Amino acid sequence: MTDSNTSLSHLDLETDKTFLDANELVINMGPQHPATHGVLRVILRLDGEKVLGLECVIGYLHRGVEKIGEHRTYAMFNPYVDRMDYVAAVSNGLGYCETVEKLLNVEAPPRAQYVRVILTELNRIASHQLWLGTHALDIGAITPLFYTFRDREEILKIYEKYCGARLTTHAFRIGGLQYETYNGFEREVKNFLDFFRPKIDEYEELLTTNRIWVERTKNVGKITGEDCIALGVTGPVLRASGVKWDVRKAQPYANYKNFDFEIPIGENGDTYDRYLVRMAEMRQSVRIIEQAIDAIPEGPIMAKVPKVIKPAVGEVYHSIEAPKGELGYFIVSDGSTQPYRLRVRPPSFVNLQALDLMCRGQLVADVIAVIGTLDIVLGEVDR
Amino acid sequence: MHEFLQYIESYLTSDKTPGAAGNWVWELIYILLVFVGLSVSVICMNWLERKILAHMQVRLGPMRVGPHGLLQPIADALKLLLKEDIIPAEADALIFWIAPFAVVLAAFTVFVVVPFGPTHAITDMNIGILFMLGVSSLSVLGIVMAGWASNSHYPLIGALRSSAQMVSYEIAMGLAVVSAVLMTSLNESGTGTLSMIGIVQAQLAQGEWFIFKFFPLGLIAFFIFAIAMVAETNRAPFDLAEAESELTAGFHTEYSGFRWSLFFLAEYSAMIAVSSIAVTLWLGGWLRPFPNWLSGTTWDRMFSLFPGVTFLFLAAMCFYNTVRMPKHPLFRIQTIGLAGFGVVLGLIGLILFIPAVSFRVQDVFWFSAKVAAFMYLYIWYRGTFPRYRFDQLMQIGWKVLLPIGLGVLILTASVALLQPMIWHP
Repeated sequence: MTDSNTSLSHLDLETDKTFLDANELVINMGPQHPATHGVLRVILRLDGEKVLGLECVIGYLHRGVEKIGEHRTYAMFNPYVDRMDYVAAVSNGLGYCETVEKLLNVEAPPRAQYVRVILTELNRIASHQLWLGTHALDIGAITPLFYTFRDREEILKIYEKYCGARLTTHAFRIGGLQYETYNGFEREVKNFLDFFRPKIDEYEELLTTNRIWVERTKNVGKITGEDCIALGVTGPVLRASGVKWDVRKAQPYANYKNFDFEIPIGENGDTYDRYLVRMAEMRQSVRIIEQAIDAIPEGPIMAKVPKVIKPAVGEVYHSIEAPKGELGYFIVSDGSTQPYRLRVRPPSFVNLQALDLMCRGQLVADVIAVIGTLDIVLGEVDR
Repeated sequence: MHEFLQYIESYLTSDKTPGAAGNWVWELIYILLVFVGLSVSVICMNWLERKILAHMQVRLGPMRVGPHGLLQPIADALKLLLKEDIIPAEADALIFWIAPFAVVLAAFTVFVVVPFGPTHAITDMNIGILFMLGVSSLSVLGIVMAGWASNSHYPLIGALRSSAQMVSYEIAMGLAVVSAVLMTSLNESGTGTLSMIGIVQAQLAQGEWFIFKFFPLGLIAFFIFAIAMVAETNRAPFDLAEAESELTAGFHTEYSGFRWSLFFLAEYSAMIAVSSIAVTLWLGGWLRPFPNWLSGTTWDRMFSLFPGVTFLFLAAMCFYNTVRMPKHPLFRIQTIGLAGFGVVLGLIGLILFIPAVSFRVQDVFWFSAKVAAFMYLYIWYRGTFPRYRFDQLMQIGWKVLLPIGLGVLILTASVALLQPMIWHP
């Protein structure tokens, strides 16, 4: 077995000739498979149950989002970003709006900033809930899925009340917000937090100390911090490997510097640590929302943004901490109403690169666990 | 004709199983009864699993087909029968065709020796338990055949996994069974028995279910069996063979329609079969609970009311939910249907109060109730546990259950030998 990727060669495994002298078995997992989270196709090379290597084939959901961006005005492109990571549409919108604001050199008013943070953190919780449910389902625990979906519903209800949409929300506009918060927004968010805090314990009760869960996730899909950095892996996967990198703290955007929260990190970089990190992140998100909801200032919700957005010639890169990792937008403006080039740095796509490295030498069942723990959304991988 | 009727009647006074009495008419009737009963319980199990699992998962489960989805299994069965019968082009057609029948045959044949009561078994073999273990493990053949004949990767891996799993858990299972069989020999003459009816009668004679015998040895053996039997039937958390998230559907990926439903039928009847082994060996088979604590004819009579009371309770549940049904004209048929179902259950309950009937039936009732408890456990496991990985599964089988099973067997044997010396010197 040869692999051209020399930097990762320490993980290359020789075919285990003693194992019944088995020949390699090539299995095609996906694009229609219950556990590949969409239309990911993984070509597995197996020796019995052991994974010798794998190759991801992507593009089944490619819609050319970046190219579409070149043919739409800045404001018109805003709803398209919701369709990339449709599980965390609000985060996508925040990233895009902030990037264009940076390009225009305007800043959203404080009230808008606070509402943005609240909605984005709620979205982080919703995204992690969906991850937890599907990840547990992949490992064979079918019940947590229904619990997380039941509780995610409460977040979607808040979104629906705020902007009319549940999934692809288009909640933010360039320069601030389109809608003022509805009556009782603060109360409902607070109610949700009170409702949700014990629910995290409920999820943890089902899984954290469950022997089978621990056995299935500990030392599975290990990745070191160096490998993560080499591959550009970000988000909870990076943090679980012990690297304390969170864009919210490292390069504060929106008004995250006003809030007091911690960045949970893991030690071993295995699936169990990633699970713990995400559970802790949900608690931290609750903390952030709590602080934000008490401190929402009065004031305008929209900055002065021209009706026709025509940024000066130039380019800008801006990134935010989406639930899945660093979500970056790179926009080149030629001074017209449409971007000259728009590039998205999707966390799922970059994180998916690590799949091969994490699965080598593990068993077939672990591939499923690792795909789940990477928390990929194919809409974002393929764009 | 008269002679024939006499032939049939002659059995009614016998205290043997139809097989032992050599009465072929009653043998046929019993076979038919067991087959129908098994099919009905698989249908019930299908509905119950969906409903119980749904309620564990904060959802309602089937609600549309019939009141509270009661007709859902029948609708499903119809759907499966009407589906196109597909044999993949690359498959080995003959083996592909035989495999589901092999599995079903193995799963149903074991019921020949299952003792639903002292006389309620098709026959009583003197090697009953051996026969059950042997025949039930034949189903692995069908699974391997299915996986191989499908000529596809996922079924092949699924079949390999399940055969390895079933073979390795059978050893732990066998050791647990041997320790229970050993306990049957603790009598004056020191002769044990492998007959299923004999094992229960040994528990009756010793006045103790084997789960409590030599506490905690019987209990440990029972636990080993209880774990191994879940693995043996390929159910969660040991359902690697059909791990949906990994192997799409495992060995029956390529099967559809009627053939697939045969696998389904076999899986559930295998679950019932292994549960009945556990009930027979450790939980006193058809014996009623608390035989020592609540003894005497009064209590006997009280316990004989249980079957009727159970059915009346189910009927009452039906009526309660009939009242709670939505009062919309669209629900009228469903409401009437539920009430009708309640009436049927209530009538069965009332019939069961007739002393002559309840006397004949209560054995079957207690046996089924104990098996039903195991069925509930199966569903509960499925709702709570994640799935084991293949290597972990093998580890538990070989490195945990097997040594414990051996230890329990040796300890049981030593205690059985030493006990008479210590207590009756």
